[in-house]
Amino acid sequence: MIYREAGEFKTSYAADQGLLTIPMDRWFVIGLVLFAFIGMPLVGDEYWLGSIMIPVLILAIAAMGLNILTGYAGQLSLGTGAFMAAGAYMAYKVATNLSFLPVPVAILAGGGFSAMIGVLFGIPSLRIKGFYLAVATLAAQFFLLWLFTHVDWFVNYNLSGVPAIADYHLFVDWGPLVTGAQASVEARYLFVLVFAVFLALAARNMARCKIGRSWMAIRDMDIAAEIIGIRPLHTKLSAFAISSFYCGVAGALWAFCFINNVEPGAYEIERSFQILFMIIIGGLGSILGSFLGAAFIFLLPITLSQLPGWLGLDVPADVITHLEFMVMGVLIIFFLIVEPHGLARLWQIAKEKLRRWPFPY
Amino acid sequence: MEALNALFVTPFVEIFDAPWFFMEVLTGGLMAGVMYSLVALGFVLIFKASGVFNFAQGVMVLFAALNFVGLMDAGVPMILAGIITIAIMVAVAFAIERFVLRPLVNQEHIILFMATIGVAYFLEGVGEMIWGTDVRPLNVGIPDDVFFVGDAMIQQSDLFAAVVAGFLVVVLALFFHYTRTGRALRAVADDHQAALSIGIPLNHIWVIVWSVAGFVALVTGIMWGSKLGVQFSLSVIALKALPVLILGGFTSIPGAIVGGLIIGAGEKVAEVYWGGFFGGAIEEWFAYILALAFLFFRPQGLFGEKIIERV
Repeated sequence: MIYREAGEFKTSYAADQGLLTIPMDRWFVIGLVLFAFIGMPLVGDEYWLGSIMIPVLILAIAAMGLNILTGYAGQLSLGTGAFMAAGAYMAYKVATNLSFLPVPVAILAGGGFSAMIGVLFGIPSLRIKGFYLAVATLAAQFFLLWLFTHVDWFVNYNLSGVPAIADYHLFVDWGPLVTGAQASVEARYLFVLVFAVFLALAARNMARCKIGRSWMAIRDMDIAAEIIGIRPLHTKLSAFAISSFYCGVAGALWAFCFINNVEPGAYEIERSFQILFMIIIGGLGSILGSFLGAAFIFLLPITLSQLPGWLGLDVPADVITHLEFMVMGVLIIFFLIVEPHGLARLWQIAKEKLRRWPFPY
Repeated sequence: MEALNALFVTPFVEIFDAPWFFMEVLTGGLMAGVMYSLVALGFVLIFKASGVFNFAQGVMVLFAALNFVGLMDAGVPMILAGIITIAIMVAVAFAIERFVLRPLVNQEHIILFMATIGVAYFLEGVGEMIWGTDVRPLNVGIPDDVFFVGDAMIQQSDLFAAVVAGFLVVVLALFFHYTRTGRALRAVADDHQAALSIGIPLNHIWVIVWSVAGFVALVTGIMWGSKLGVQFSLSVIALKALPVLILGGFTSIPGAIVGGLIIGAGEKVAEVYWGGFFGGAIEEWFAYILALAFLFFRPQGLFGEKIIERV
């Protein structure tokens, strides 16, 4: 009763093909986005916006990227961290050396560079599959990080190797500061949010038009897809390119809007695994799942480390770290057992329940 | 031109100028490769029997070594410590089968893979909570003198590791071929459903194979531990075993050994002779690029079963 789709009649093809055809869904999503843009900066404080919302949104962008590749196109990748690094380093190069370009362009250029790298490392996917491919993408992870830390050109011959990000205005020297230490947390948050919303919209639309359908055909069975006329070369490489573009933008935003420097440590293999967890826990092949998974995996360790304090227990710090590992491991296994299709599937089930309430059969 | 020279001429000139040094580098690499092979062996055993890509193998090595060295430090004699550790690893195998594999049976491979990462987190937390995070030296009486073959210096401990690895492979091969359990293991590896239909208890097989992998992890842990000390970085060697796996093929025990040797030797030789040209520390990624190059020609690894796909 609460969630209804009965009685909604469409009178045009355009309405039939809309992104959110049920008014209830539409108003909910519009309300959520409006809250994120207007309400959140008003109610959120420095900690909530700067240390929770910004990283969660950025990681959600990266998770969307990996979800396109793994969830939609079925190509398992463990190189997400490296593709993020490619975006971050290239965005830094563009922002410093081509300073007449506004910073959003630099970030998109980082994504573009990352897409090229992604295509390069996606070529083996034409020949190898499954876990063999996953290990092959590890080659990208280790090689690219080595490249960025050993070739000084990428950091403008900076001696420390970890260059700080300058304060950039939105459009060269006009508009509010959006990156760097001086920028207000609200500005950085809104800047990241705009990217997240647009990329989510793009991903959602890509997934349901021709390109997304061919990805899913390749995922479900690539030989059968090839026989019905889907070109594996185009499909797989486009999945790699677009996925890496998302990851690259996420990596650039991470450097520009969150940690304020380009640090290789932020893009290690642990990051790749973290994002893989996000899409598995959130739901493979679901844009909503990318956001839910990113929030869950990012907040879980924070909650776990705060929990003894909230409960008034006095536990030594190193024990908390070990306990965190253990609980994290158990929770991951628990979630996989209870709902292998992730949080997105739970959301779907909740909607089903709400539809039947209060008369379940 | 200079770059080409440094890439294609100088290293070979150096090799021919000092052949004994080259031999030394090569044997050093081969011996390191043996260590990678031992980790890869654990992966292969589990992948063959259950199709699970067990990311926790590296942490199992750390966990077994931590228990072993912890018990020895507590004054337990070596043999007894070994037996207790094996018992612990069997218990771990039981727990994994009961609480992870059984509820997840018939799920997709990637879900099982993720679950093993969960197991890795858990074991790491437990091991370090009980035994602490300090680096613990491990001495089980492996000789560590050096001797010379011609002018090449060889570590006795490396040789010992090679002998142990060889012994382990022979024992495993005999076990797989001549015992009833071994035959059941091979049947399960071949086809789960067919094995079930002729009455092989799948759950038992999984416990056994995870126990065997735990045993291999203990041996690996002792070898690595006496070389580097028992510490957290042991679990990272799992990442080094991955290129060995794709090189040798996920399902082949000889593949794990040969792959390990190729990776070990290749990476040492490349680091010594070509490392300077690339700016050093190429060991980090060389193994992966090497494995990737092999994959282009044989997508299933050197010894893997040919992948046949049907629509």
